[in-house]
Amino acid sequence: MIVRILGEGQLEVDDAASDELNALDARLEAAVNADDEQAFRSALDALLGRIRSLGAPLPVDALEPSALILPDAEATMDSVRELLNGEGLIPG
Amino acid sequence: MSVMKRVSLIFKAKANKALDKYEDPRETLDYSYQRQLEMLTQVRRGVADVATSRKRVELQMNTLTQSQNKLETQAKQALGAGREDLAREALTRKQGVQNQLNDLQTQYHSLQADEEKLTMASQRLQSKVEAFRTQKETIKATYTAAEAQSRIGEAVSGISEEMGDVGMAVQRAQDKTAQMQARAGAIDELMASGALDDVTGTAPRDDIQAELDQMGGGHDVDLELARLKGELSGAEAPREIAGSAGGAVSPAQQAAEPVDQPQAGDGS
Repeated sequence: MIVRILGEGQLEVDDAASDELNALDARLEAAVNADDEQAFRSALDALLGRIRSLGAPLPVDALEPSALILPDAEATMDSVRELLNGEGLIPG
Repeated sequence: MSVMKRVSLIFKAKANKALDKYEDPRETLDYSYQRQLEMLTQVRRGVADVATSRKRVELQMNTLTQSQNKLETQAKQALGAGREDLAREALTRKQGVQNQLNDLQTQYHSLQADEEKLTMASQRLQSKVEAFRTQKETIKATYTAAEAQSRIGEAVSGISEEMGDVGMAVQRAQDKTAQMQARAGAIDELMASGALDDVTGTAPRDDIQAELDQMGGGHDVDLELARLKGELSGAEAPREIAGSAGGAVSPAQQAAEPVDQPQAGDGS
């Protein structure tokens, strides 16, 4: 499956990693819901780190939609919340 | 629902909007391509804005460094003249300038990082726009309507996701740049108005320098005075001879003599 990390580009990750990534993603979601900045930071770092180590970057001229999209490493919890709520945030 | 999936759904919704805009999916290709070119221009403008902002911060850092050097020199001069109070004042200001410099340095690095990221994003988008242009023509020429439709969907979703991503990066960078421009502008204005002269020492009126100049000036006056006194005491003898010789002395010189003589006497 193809995963995009915002601001970094797309990576191809083996489908077998799905469960592991979903577990990390659940931690991220719980942190956002609990409004726990510290847990959010460590969950995001763990998720991005795992995807970077598992994935292979897609060629720059590939034109494929991603199955999963992740916030960038510097994203704050507020910006992620805006991303989840907002239509207006994404231009284009 | 998971964060990753929700974000990707939001992006997809955006892409679908673009796809639904025209009845003929081929038109969507052309419309989308137009948007991509606009977006590329916007990204390049974003990179240029960040670069301008970075250069401005760089110039301000240079100005502050200069005033730091000046304050250092002033502190040395003041110490040399035995004015520790003045030296202390200069060093205090130098510390203030240093704090501002540190702040600008942080801004500078952050702008540099943004510039790098945006440059990379713009290169990525450019490659994808080129790929899209090629695909667009192939899709238009080769496939049946049904096949075309599905390939158009893929290509447009792919590119619109990229544009969304890059678009957010540009927006973020522009917001940040605008904030920094405002701060940089405030510093420029303060410098121009002279309100910052105490800190930067770049304005024409600088009280430390004025006091140092005065001290230097005072020193020069003392020297001058000593020189004049030397001349006068050397001139005393001939003048007395001239005075006793009578006839040759003008009335003006005669009037001046009683004033001059006691002064010369004081000095010797």
